[in-house]
Amino acid sequence: MSALPQPAVRGVGLSQIFEGRTIYKNVSFEVARGQVYAILGGSGSGKSTLMKQAIGLLRPAAGRIEVLGRDMYGDRGAGEDDDVLREIGVMFQSGALFGSMSLLQNVMLPLEMYTDLPLAGREAVARTKLGLVGLADAADMNPAEVSGGMTKRAAIARALALDPPLLFLDEPSAGLDPITSAGLDRLILELRDTLGATFVVVTHELASILAIADRCLMLDSVAQGMIAEGDPRELRDSSTQPTVRAFFRREAMA
Amino acid sequence: MTAGSNASVLVSERDGFRVLTYAGRLDAVGAGRVWKSTMWAARQRLPLIFDLARVTLCDTAGATMLVFAEEAQGAPARIEGATPEIEAVVMRVRETPRRPVHEAVSRAQTVRQEAMTAYRDVSDVIVYIGEALVALGKLPMRRRMWRGADFWRTADQAGVRAVPLVLLLGVLIGLILAFQSLVPLRRFGADLYAADLVGISLARELGPLLAAVILSGRTGSAFAAEIGTMKVNEELDALATMGLDSMTMLVLPRLVAATLVMPALTIIMELAGLVGMTMVLKGFGFAPVTVWNQIAYWVVAKDVIGGLVKSMVFGAAIALIGCRAGLTTGVGPRAVGISATRAVVGGIVASIVIDGLFALAFYRLNV
Repeated sequence: MSALPQPAVRGVGLSQIFEGRTIYKNVSFEVARGQVYAILGGSGSGKSTLMKQAIGLLRPAAGRIEVLGRDMYGDRGAGEDDDVLREIGVMFQSGALFGSMSLLQNVMLPLEMYTDLPLAGREAVARTKLGLVGLADAADMNPAEVSGGMTKRAAIARALALDPPLLFLDEPSAGLDPITSAGLDRLILELRDTLGATFVVVTHELASILAIADRCLMLDSVAQGMIAEGDPRELRDSSTQPTVRAFFRREAMA
Repeated sequence: MTAGSNASVLVSERDGFRVLTYAGRLDAVGAGRVWKSTMWAARQRLPLIFDLARVTLCDTAGATMLVFAEEAQGAPARIEGATPEIEAVVMRVRETPRRPVHEAVSRAQTVRQEAMTAYRDVSDVIVYIGEALVALGKLPMRRRMWRGADFWRTADQAGVRAVPLVLLLGVLIGLILAFQSLVPLRRFGADLYAADLVGISLARELGPLLAAVILSGRTGSAFAAEIGTMKVNEELDALATMGLDSMTMLVLPRLVAATLVMPALTIIMELAGLVGMTMVLKGFGFAPVTVWNQIAYWVVAKDVIGGLVKSMVFGAAIALIGCRAGLTTGVGPRAVGISATRAVVGGIVASIVIDGLFALAFYRLNV
């Protein structure tokens, strides 16, 4: 990783409108390197949309987003900056594993495309990644044969294939049992500490947010934008915003 | 992971140790550059020392390479000059459970597996045909499971909507056959017999077979895709848990529809072919009336009826094969596509094989 001072991700005045419906407007945030940054919010508040803008899949209606110092929607067109794309890893909500390949082959694919590793090398590295997420024994299974939690973990292993300095995870622990989910949290912290990787995590698992997030931002569909930004523990203890308080206390809104 | 990734390794020997001095970034790209030299050095059987003092970054890919080399050499290596971060990554990878990189499956094993699969397939097909017959026999007791709407929809899709294609293909085949046979027959002054040639071959062989090819391509594949998608979506399991028989509910309507539309398609195909042929003969100076008289004299009822009976058997075979391809759909995004292909290929091959059997039977029976 280069020692440049710029943040890993910076969004400035981002907005998104779908068919005349404003999802959010004027969202600005900065993710420092080596941080775990959580994007929170109720369903429909645009969490995944914000992530899609950051990884180059969705051009924002307004505003700009910089990833690792480069404008994602700059001169080279939406998400066409290969150099940036190679330095980010993405885990999609559904896993998005290639169904025609085994888990091992899924993880080996980026290695085959971007490195000169021989076959044995690619396989060894891929098996290490699967071991890291606790899937050493399932490496040769197909995505259709494994459980939902295993699919998520395999997808994280694929996102990790090139050890990217920046990882985007969309709901990594949704639908997982608490033990597996806690294991994933530990994995994220471990990767941050050993590799200095930065994580942007879309989630609404309260326990996970408090355990791993250094900072977070919260989107809200009623306010059509950002309603809070900061350390999640501070927000929990001292936020005066009613939605934020309800979120952290698991209360229904009046 | 940047474009400027650089890594190098220097191999030397010191006090009976093999020393590998690395420099640069040991990420996946860097490891790719030095992987082969590392493994070569590890195979020399000398205990290893990894000198990592000049390594700027080592991620799990680089660490995997080091651990893999250790395993190839047989003993943990000594690590020198590593920063605590790098040491942590290597330790982490050492502790990570990892299955060995595996060897290729032997050819004998593959052959045995394939043979077993083929054997199972054949016995499955026999069971399947038996089940279909049982379902047909039990139909009077399971009247509620008979989906009339499904039957009419399938008959419409497989039959009525295929008519334009059948007409087009029939006329073209008639044209082509008549033209191709007229030219040589004319040398013997036997032009008019082109009508018999085309008429008999359409009635006995080409009509049923071409209709079967159309049914297989349009409908057999559709059956496979429909039922295959239902299987992928666990709809078949849902039926089973409701105590409903998928053979009766899904296969029988399609089987009956395909069997019944085939004679109609065949007749239309034959008539269209005769029209095409008449057009050609007219061009060569024969009045349509002459042509039709010629056909009426030479093409007898048993030719036509034999062809229609064959076409029904083709229709049943194509429907059964298409539905079976759907019911046996596997998992994953490619499964439905594979099933559709199996349905089309299986349907066409089965039709031609059955046609051969019919030829033999008709010959023996002197039909």
